[in-house]
Amino acid sequence: MRLEAKPAPTLAVTLLFPLAAIVATLLLVSLLVLAAGASPFSVFYLVARGAAGSQFALLETLTRATPLIFTGLAVAVAFRAKLWNIGAEAQLYIGGVLTVVLGTGALPLPSAILIPVLMAAAMAAGALLLLGPAVLKTRFGVDEVVTTLLLNFIVLLFVSMLLEGVLKDPMGLGWPQSQKVVAEAQLPRLIQGKRLHLGFVIAIIAAVVVWIVTKKTKLGYEMRAVGHNPEGARFVGIPVNLVLMKTALLSGGLAALAGFSEVSGLKGNLTLDLSAGYGYTGIVVAMLAMLNPLGVIASAIFVAGIFVGADAMSRAAKVPSYIADVMVATSLLTMVVAILLTRYRIRWR
Amino acid sequence: MSDTPVLRLSGISKRFGPLRANDDISFDLKRGEVIALLGENGAGKTTLMNILFGHYVADAGTVEAFGEPLPPGDPRAALDAGIGMVHQHFTLADNMTVQENIALGTQSLWRARLDRASVRQRIAQLSADFGLAVDPAATVSTLSVGERQRVEILKALYRDARILILDEPTAVLTPAETDALFRTLKLLVAKGLSIIFISHKLHEVMAVSDRVLVLRAGRLVGECETASTDRKELAALMVGQEVKPAEVSPANVGAPLLVLEGVSTAPYNGAALDDVSLTLSAGEITGLAGVSGNGQAALAALIAGTQRATGGRISVAGREVAGWSPRVALDHGVARIPEDRHAVGTIGDMSVTENVIAERYGSPRFSRMGFLDWKAARHFAEKIIADYDVKCPSPEARIRLLSGGNMQKLILGRALDPEPAVILASQPTRGLDVGAVAYVHRMLLAARERGAAVLLISEDLEEILALSDRIIVMSKGRLSTPSARGERSIRELGELMAGHSGERSDAA
Repeated sequence: MRLEAKPAPTLAVTLLFPLAAIVATLLLVSLLVLAAGASPFSVFYLVARGAAGSQFALLETLTRATPLIFTGLAVAVAFRAKLWNIGAEAQLYIGGVLTVVLGTGALPLPSAILIPVLMAAAMAAGALLLLGPAVLKTRFGVDEVVTTLLLNFIVLLFVSMLLEGVLKDPMGLGWPQSQKVVAEAQLPRLIQGKRLHLGFVIAIIAAVVVWIVTKKTKLGYEMRAVGHNPEGARFVGIPVNLVLMKTALLSGGLAALAGFSEVSGLKGNLTLDLSAGYGYTGIVVAMLAMLNPLGVIASAIFVAGIFVGADAMSRAAKVPSYIADVMVATSLLTMVVAILLTRYRIRWR
Repeated sequence: MSDTPVLRLSGISKRFGPLRANDDISFDLKRGEVIALLGENGAGKTTLMNILFGHYVADAGTVEAFGEPLPPGDPRAALDAGIGMVHQHFTLADNMTVQENIALGTQSLWRARLDRASVRQRIAQLSADFGLAVDPAATVSTLSVGERQRVEILKALYRDARILILDEPTAVLTPAETDALFRTLKLLVAKGLSIIFISHKLHEVMAVSDRVLVLRAGRLVGECETASTDRKELAALMVGQEVKPAEVSPANVGAPLLVLEGVSTAPYNGAALDDVSLTLSAGEITGLAGVSGNGQAALAALIAGTQRATGGRISVAGREVAGWSPRVALDHGVARIPEDRHAVGTIGDMSVTENVIAERYGSPRFSRMGFLDWKAARHFAEKIIADYDVKCPSPEARIRLLSGGNMQKLILGRALDPEPAVILASQPTRGLDVGAVAYVHRMLLAARERGAAVLLISEDLEEILALSDRIIVMSKGRLSTPSARGERSIRELGELMAGHSGERSDAA
């Protein structure tokens, strides 16, 4: 058995592959559901209803999708340039840290100025956090998978230290949490009384901007060239290392916006459970979208729907909601296979 | 001869898209025989051997080894049947020893430890029998190219190869190493092995083979006993028609355009530059000959800007340029045609359009305020496709899908369209078919007529002789004194390539 390259797939085929991956995922997960003693059909129905069966469910899914769009974009941007940023989780938390450091009263500014300032500060912090691994990669050839992954743990412990120390809310009854951000630093809700907030709109705008950057600009062209063939890119005069730095800044900044949006739009303060693994799930989101920034919106909503739906399903069907993690993980595997099959065909002989 | 052939190919055909790489090829190989497979680059020699060895599956035809049919597409079966292949590019693990490389993959996975003593003994035996002297304990990365080739041959013999395929084995060897290889081959056939020797060098084929098969454009066009043929006949068979040398008018040499003074580099692909000085003048093609791995790659990379000089000066049009890089080279009108079209010259997964603008995407012609003008880029791609006669489905096609010749035409178009002052052409015709080779030659000569300074780096001495106004030989990272067209004989050039001193010698 071996792989043979095949011509570029048509758009229809390109769209078909994520669907095929999802179908394969459902089939595989069915086995586990059966093992748990439930009917796959009713479980999947309950997941779908829990994710999109009511206005409340739908809004909850979009709320959950918001950080995933940011982290998915961060991963998509980096992976295009073959900069393997596994550290979106850390960048997210650093974004959250900057938001509470500057948003809890340090800057007495009106909302229209304070929110952009907080976004810029969060992005700068996330960007700088990824710049370190990028410099180590380009200067010394240190594998950024290792450095970005390990930074996740370092940053989480660092945040824990801050929350037990300087950032600890004196009124927090001893819990490791920060103060709430001031009202001017909060993102408004999109619908009165519902959890969906302006962060979702910012995420959509970010996706469109990233799409324009990758498709229309010199930087996007350079990033793709570096990702496909760094040696060839260097030969034609593309400053490969500089492009990787710019990619790192963009990717780290986008991931940090997830942290800003969660603090400013949803939680109000920084805690150690700000992210439910959004940095890691962003990898799945980006892969399901085949690294297309607009596709990230759809795949983030899909993945968020699985998590939200699975919570509702587990209450009704007595199948543990961990099935959501299994589904998302399985969909990553099937998607990786599907992407391989868009580019190669398998010859058995 | 009455004995059954050890290898029989019947009606092998293989197409790659529109290209017929192999078209109904049949032949037999007898025990103790050396067959030379002769053909131009792109004639289908390597494809045929890859089919034989199971790397490709033929569209039609069968392979029989020792009377048994070989299952297609299974290298394992070819190995088991006693077919060994020594590739043009070696497949050794550089960080392991000779012994480890040879034994690699031959011992059972379930054995706890390697049986080193018997491996060493067997290697020593094979080395002695066939004159393949090499230290089994040496790390491969410390070996010379000739020694590495011996390891490859030992590797095949260790696996009990009865049929040995050598793909262009002399391309990387000095004349002395080539002679040693030929002695080894004689010993091997004396022991009853059969050999297929792939080459496009006529004198080697005459020296080493019993029988010659000539391939042209994927078809077997001639088969003759070596003893009853001569080089002229083979050349005519190989090329198909009378080889018409490119029309070359006398050079109209102008001012020096690119000058290297005493440049040195770190080792690059096996050799470093050592205090090299070189002047490329307008209206002149300078041919750089040499055995591969003597610093040509380092020189090409240096001029292309991808490799830094550790010392010396680079000047363009009389002015020293600091901080030489690909971008700086391009900005100073130095066009580069790289040796490796796939790994360096193109970005395979990007489109034809994206590739042709790659050297100039940042110019005002193709971008404004950081945004690319895809319409202008597409127009430019269409112009290059038309001007340089590129066969491709559309400017949006991934460049990976183009044939080598068409890819090279695009690279030529990209490099030559801005009418560069200096052109670095590194192995510009390697692997191209005869038509594409002639096209590349015409383009380089046209650039010369226009007044460009051309540096042609090639391992193909005939190409160098045909095109160059001035020939320089590179050996061990140093350059010989230049000689004018026709000034040095092929033998004199050969001696320089083998590393004899830069002075002309009259010794026998």
